Amino acid sequence: MTATVESAPYTVEEVCEHFDPVMGLEVHVELNTATKMFCGCANRFGAEPNTNVCPVCLGLPGSLPRVNGTAVESAIKIGLALNCQVRERSGFARKNYFYPDMPKNFQISQYEDPIVFDGHLDVPLDDGSTWRVEIERAHMEEDTGKSLHIGGATGRIHGADHSLLDYNRSGVPLIEIVTKPIIGAGVRAPEVARAYVTALRDVLRGLGVSDVRMDQGSMRCDANVSLMPKGTSTFGTRTETKNVNSLRSVERAVRYEMGRHAGVLLSGGSIRQETRHFDEQSGTTSPGRPKETFADYRFFPEPDLPPLEPSRDWVETLRAGLPERPWERRARIQTEWGLSDEELRDLVNADALDLVADTVDAGAPPESARSWWVSYLTQQANAAGVTLPELAITPAQVARVVALVAEGTLTNKLARQVVDGVLAGEGEPDDVVAGRGLAVVSDESALTAAVDEALAAQPDIAEKIRAGKTKAAGAIVGAVMKATRGQADAARVQELVLERCR
Amino acid sequence: MSDITRDDVAHLARLARLAVSDAELDVFSGQIDAIVDTVSKVGEIPDDVPPTAQVVPQTNVLRPDETEPSLPRDVALAGAPAAEEGRFRVPRILGEEL
Amino acid sequence: MNELIDLDAAELARRIHGREVSSVEVTRAHLERIDAVDGPAESGVHAFLHVDAEGALAAAEAADRAIADGTAASALAGVPIALKDNLTTTDMPTTCASRILEGWRPPYDATVVTRLRAAGLVPLGKTNLDEFAMGSSTENSAFGPSRNPWDLTRIPGGSGGGSSSAVAAGEAPLALGSDTGGSIRQPGAVTGTVGVKPTYGTVSRYGLVAFSSSLDQIGPCARSVLDAALLHEVIGGHDRNDQTSVSAPLPPVVEAALAGARGDLAGVRIGVVTEFSGEGYQPGVLAAFTDAVRALGELGAEVVEVSCPSFAYALPAYYLIAPSEASSNLARFDAMRYGLRVGDDGEHASDEVMSLTREAGFGAEVKRRIMIGTHALSAGSYDALYGKAQKARTLIVRDFTAAFETCDVLISPTTPTTAFPIGERADDPLAMYLADLCTIPSNLAGNAALSVPCGRSADDGLPVGLQVMAPALADDRAYRVAAAYEAAQGATTPRIPELRALEASR
Ligand SMILES: [Mg+2]
Ligand SMILES: [Zn+2]
Repeated sequence: MTATVESAPYTVEEVCEHFDPVMGLEVHVELNTATKMFCGCANRFGAEPNTNVCPVCLGLPGSLPRVNGTAVESAIKIGLALNCQVRERSGFARKNYFYPDMPKNFQISQYEDPIVFDGHLDVPLDDGSTWRVEIERAHMEEDTGKSLHIGGATGRIHGADHSLLDYNRSGVPLIEIVTKPIIGAGVRAPEVARAYVTALRDVLRGLGVSDVRMDQGSMRCDANVSLMPKGTSTFGTRTETKNVNSLRSVERAVRYEMGRHAGVLLSGGSIRQETRHFDEQSGTTSPGRPKETFADYRFFPEPDLPPLEPSRDWVETLRAGLPERPWERRARIQTEWGLSDEELRDLVNADALDLVADTVDAGAPPESARSWWVSYLTQQANAAGVTLPELAITPAQVARVVALVAEGTLTNKLARQVVDGVLAGEGEPDDVVAGRGLAVVSDESALTAAVDEALAAQPDIAEKIRAGKTKAAGAIVGAVMKATRGQADAARVQELVLERCR
Repeated sequence: MSDITRDDVAHLARLARLAVSDAELDVFSGQIDAIVDTVSKVGEIPDDVPPTAQVVPQTNVLRPDETEPSLPRDVALAGAPAAEEGRFRVPRILGEEL
Repeated sequence: MNELIDLDAAELARRIHGREVSSVEVTRAHLERIDAVDGPAESGVHAFLHVDAEGALAAAEAADRAIADGTAASALAGVPIALKDNLTTTDMPTTCASRILEGWRPPYDATVVTRLRAAGLVPLGKTNLDEFAMGSSTENSAFGPSRNPWDLTRIPGGSGGGSSSAVAAGEAPLALGSDTGGSIRQPGAVTGTVGVKPTYGTVSRYGLVAFSSSLDQIGPCARSVLDAALLHEVIGGHDRNDQTSVSAPLPPVVEAALAGARGDLAGVRIGVVTEFSGEGYQPGVLAAFTDAVRALGELGAEVVEVSCPSFAYALPAYYLIAPSEASSNLARFDAMRYGLRVGDDGEHASDEVMSLTREAGFGAEVKRRIMIGTHALSAGSYDALYGKAQKARTLIVRDFTAAFETCDVLISPTTPTTAFPIGERADDPLAMYLADLCTIPSNLAGNAALSVPCGRSADDGLPVGLQVMAPALADDRAYRVAAAYEAAQGATTPRIPELRALEASR
């Protein structure tokens, strides 16, 4: 019978002495449409339970699905970005199985005719090379509701007394993107898996079709792994690891499964085809409930929805609107802004590239835009414990601050106060300038008056300056700056002091 | 003859979530076998005939991505056999999807 | 007996709008008729599962006010109507005649119900049916069978036996039904009433609890062709809530019914489908049909014979496609969100509660069809069963297309026999299925078809139906022919049986 080796899995290097790994990655992406796939309920994460539900997404008797046109467009855009072909005639199918979080007890999906198929993604690897991942298909489907397991240990399914169901997520549009078997990656298989999901995430983010938040479940990866003995070309039995919730976990899960498979196989056991769950804490996988019978989903064409026949014009219009691929854009930006590799990497790692680019698009010079985001704003984000994109300031607002400095309305120091005001919710930069009274005092007569006042207040220093000790002017400049609460241009004040003492 | 056995019907009942009794199995297996035998007449049709899944003349029927009112939560839950904390309460769930 | 219950909807509407009688009086007359003949469930007509007298009278009062104000919503405003209990209604339960949905109150109205209300019709209640519309006799209702007003020991057809018997018994001048394999037309035939299955996609299915989604179609039940047409125009037309709903304009069915009633069918080519006769057809039914063919010829129509050889596959294909879709459509009845729940004792897990509930909540025919459908869609039999049934559908569509190249309409008996005795086929599903032999092809192909009364069978004195089939989106042709035939028939049969025995027992 099946031997199970759960201890000391082999390293990938050891695995690859004996086997070639084969991977298949299935990524589910929730689209960020305004409404669900088949009804007009809001597609919104984190709402009060069962407040975004209607007869359709609750599967009430008599209700009928209605396809979301934007979701179809997103699916086509994703396909085009992944170099896929768009099927001339596709349609929906029902995938039948019973599960309490699925209100109709079938999922509307696509079966033999996914809307897009046969593509590829050239994935950048850490060493600067690329790896081509072939895409089998991408198809549309709907998400399930969510269950909360009550009783037993910490909300886990096992040992729970009962469950509570929230159908807000039921019917949220999903695109499932399936790779062809990834063969030949050898010891780099775990890295390729991570790099693929990373590249896919970046492409999807660039398209603007999804929030692609693995932590919130808007992007989910299932990793199929099998091993074939070196020198053969017959795939081994695969396992499907679910619940892989971060990019790092994708890599770890593949590495763990490779090692585990090798352990089982090398000790004479055989791999059971099953679903496994990845545990973030331990970095290991464990088997799901064994399937009592082979899953027969009894797919058949969804009779409630007419077929899709995207016209050539429609597809070409969507193709023309596709953004650059993220890494191509990165290369272009690096050249245009004159960044070193390290500067670029820092921007990417800080999740700041899009923010800086948008700031530049809003009119700021690249250097100022970059400097704001990587220094002062990064400090503020760190202090607030949020990510840079979550900071309550937009690229347009940053660009406006940069412009105010450039036109002399703000000094750099004042500009930081304006940014603080924006972050504190005091409105647009101009509102903060007005509200806090932060503009540079550029009224010459007011400045002159302030200088005269300071000279009068410190006659001994005024005397020194008149005597030619120009260094003493610093004390008067300081007094003027203090009097104007920093809103004067210090260099101009210096000039005025010397002028008045001539 | 089709060859639907009692075991086949028991399997179908499990797939369809029907806790049929032994007595029902006896009756159903005979009836279903006879019905499947009759309807198997479609097997005479040549394979090269294209299928018709539906008779709707139109394609690309799409809805604009605009929100519409959802049900008030109390209405959504009104028909539930049991509800708790704004959610549908159901018996414990075993494992993941079948 | 109040004479109001014997009037056509069109005549009732004329009198109501002419202020000769109020909608409240008409409604009350029908409620009284329901009281008189519908119960008890064990021996009455038992057309209704739920009667909403209060709601009906309130709607009637509103209609009367609107008519008095000159703001009547439609020509049928103020006319009562009965609704098959597989249509969702916010003010009445929707049970589909199943224990699993007993008492369920939908939070939304079906589109057709919304349209009826907007047109000022007066819903009286919900009518009985075979559970989830699966059957041809209404015997599969979890709440007991309906009975044929012509002979209370016989079936009123099915699945819409409640709607047909309500209309035949004078309990409602109009009703809505749903027709998946003949469930409007076959009950119409055996109760001597008019039943129409419109072209697929021309009446919204939103709010019709799905049996077989690619076949289901809502349609009118009435006592005259014109009444059916008037109701057809109220419920039909594009609906954004049903993406299989066609955007083409509704055929002019009222105009066609009026034109047909003038009695001229010159230039109309009528095809008699030769496959629908012979073994299994009751002699009295065939004789009545032959008389009808002669009558149509006398009206000026050219009658020819046409062969539709693939119709032989219609019944087998239907009993694969409908159960397949049903096995999926009915999966949602799982005790989790609405309806019956059995076995929730803290011990049984969700999937066990699902199985126990479905076992207890569904009747035998529903379980049988769910299992047949599950089988037909299974990996091992999909190609040989469901797949081949789809191919059969193609052949049937082709037969219709060819026939309609030479004929304007096709005709046949609606059903091979008159109403059979309750219980006669209850344990023989295959015998039961034969009742829909002639009606099923039009569901598979999606074209329009109706049944119009065709006299009575000489062998048992019971009503016979004439089926008129027209191409998709040419429903008006069927109306024209049926109206002409109806007018030529004259009042040869009393349309409302006296139900003497029942009334005498009061
Ligand atoms: Mg999927
Ligand atoms: Zn919804």
